[in-house]
Amino acid sequence: MQAMEEEMERDDKVMIMGEEVAQFKGSYKVTEGLLERFGDKRVIDTPISEAGFTGLAIGAAMMGLRPICELMFWSFSYVAFDQLFNNAPNVRYMSGGLANVPLVIRGPANGGTNVGATHSHTPENFAANTPGLKVVCPATPYDAKGLLKAAIRDNDPVFVMENTILYNDKGEVPEEDYIVPLGVADVKREGTDLTIVAHGRATITSLKAAEILKAEHGIDVEVVDLRSIRPLDEETILKSVRKTNRVLLVEENKPFCGVDAQISHMIQEKAFDYLDGPIKRLSAVDAPAIYSPPLEKLQLPYPELVVKYALDTLR
Amino acid sequence: MTTTKKTTKKKSAKSKPTDVNAGLTKEQRIEFYTTMVRIRRFEERSLRVYQQGKIGGFLHLYIGQEAVAVGTVSLMGEHDHVITAYRDHGHALAVGMGMNECMAELYGKYTGCSKGKGGSMHFFAPDKNYWGGHGIVAGQTPLGAGIAYALKYQGLKGSCMCFMGDGAVNQGAYHEALNMAGLWDLPVIYIIENNGYSMGTSQERSSAGEILAKRAEGYHIAWDICDGHDLEEVRQKTSEAIARAHNECKPTILEIDTYRYRGHSVADPDKTYRTKDEIAEYQRTKDPINLYREKLIKAGVFGEEDAKAIDKAARAEADEAVQFAEQSPFPPVEEITRDVYWEVDNPEHKVSQGRMFFQDPPAQD
Repeated sequence: MQAMEEEMERDDKVMIMGEEVAQFKGSYKVTEGLLERFGDKRVIDTPISEAGFTGLAIGAAMMGLRPICELMFWSFSYVAFDQLFNNAPNVRYMSGGLANVPLVIRGPANGGTNVGATHSHTPENFAANTPGLKVVCPATPYDAKGLLKAAIRDNDPVFVMENTILYNDKGEVPEEDYIVPLGVADVKREGTDLTIVAHGRATITSLKAAEILKAEHGIDVEVVDLRSIRPLDEETILKSVRKTNRVLLVEENKPFCGVDAQISHMIQEKAFDYLDGPIKRLSAVDAPAIYSPPLEKLQLPYPELVVKYALDTLR
Repeated sequence: MTTTKKTTKKKSAKSKPTDVNAGLTKEQRIEFYTTMVRIRRFEERSLRVYQQGKIGGFLHLYIGQEAVAVGTVSLMGEHDHVITAYRDHGHALAVGMGMNECMAELYGKYTGCSKGKGGSMHFFAPDKNYWGGHGIVAGQTPLGAGIAYALKYQGLKGSCMCFMGDGAVNQGAYHEALNMAGLWDLPVIYIIENNGYSMGTSQERSSAGEILAKRAEGYHIAWDICDGHDLEEVRQKTSEAIARAHNECKPTILEIDTYRYRGHSVADPDKTYRTKDEIAEYQRTKDPINLYREKLIKAGVFGEEDAKAIDKAARAEADEAVQFAEQSPFPPVEEITRDVYWEVDNPEHKVSQGRMFFQDPPAQD
């Protein structure tokens, strides 16, 4: 929220549009106070028309505005697929670099909230598979603000995939102006025995698992948080792998052609000689997001399961 | 039908529209004629190189529809913009793009308007307020609303003419865009170039209701219909829509009746859904170029010989464009990964780090 407020203050071409972002103050209150501060010219409630308003934002961005679109759920991007995955990334290319799309699309992309399969998608792998798009998945309040500010200042379309479960997390955020550049991973916990690579909420889950592994098994886990999927900070991952020689990849993304498939390939290609065992993966259970609450909890990685996979990786 | 139309128009037209063609000079009228002929000859020439196997891909020809692009674009001022679909060559030449860069784009050459990266369906010239060239039916319609939105946001008195075919009216994105245009009073003009066929499916077999523009009423948008074979009528009706955008900041749907002589694309055998007689009848009685030539000759603007000279020059220009395209180089292989990200192409402003591309172009000896 602060990120949008500060960037709207800094640049009057920045505006935000989406369903319920203005009068309702945002479905998750992420846009609270923006309407009062910047007025309805720059904070716009849209009809329920994801293809329409994201396409409109692309046209406005081509003309030099810097729109931020909020999707109530990234799952709703599927009704806007042609605009978000065909127009946004291709306009610059097809114009031979003559037109640009400085656009941010943000909103939650996560399961685990008991809303069923249609509202629980994590399409960061779709976005990362689309040249012309950039995609980030912040895990902490500090990163959420810094990455969003970087995204708003970026001249390419950036998809910011947040997580409703993390919206209530509290964390230190500095007073002064800062950005977290895209393409810079963050070692969230240092360790020597095992590297866990994660992004989004899987980072938080992995950090909890790391505490258990330390307390109960005396294992020092290093947790690398990707933060940005594309561009991808390969060097930070490789540096950690060279140090620990063991790798577990944890994600809430589905496994087949998921983000960690790419990470796994990259590690074996560039750090094969440093590996003391196979790279292991823990992704969401490979099925549509189930509604039933107790089972839903088991579908996404949880700390105890990460611990189990970590021990298995070290075996 | 007529009654409804009049009622709708009353809502918006506050006074009798001025005759936009009254003050046309001889030179202007000859220029309109010339541009139509240039489009026709360019399209015929591109068809020939396609048939010769020199270019591939899709080729959606504009032949028969020339009066629409030339008439509408002739009214553009500083803040009037154009965006269109994949049948985009006519609008490109009308806004002032050269035959050379357009033909070279068809060839996939580096000298093409999009450096050979867009092809037939994706011509662009933002410096001429021409925002493409879009390949997906109706995919450009929300973008057109967005261009109009940006004009309004910046307080500019302008408009966006968003061209589309009659098949596009049945896409959801168009209706979402219409709703926002009506809701937020956007200065966008949806110009339906109704050539009667949504690919190979006639209007009566694809669209409910007789008048496509009339769907505007559901969105509280003004609408009109127009004879697209008559360049000056196209100008008149378009000028009223532009005035509405400029003076009232309101949208219009303008349905222009036109006809394409060729198939949907050159891949369309064009034998299954309409008769040769139908095409011949249009060519004989409604060809926009013939009609305008006769009009200008009758008005004493020019003579038969002048018209022939214009035609000859247009053919020569198209031939030269082919030569230019054939002599131009293909883009170097490194171009595959250029113009993907602004940031990568502008390293002096690079903020991001990390890997951006995961498969590089193959090295060339």
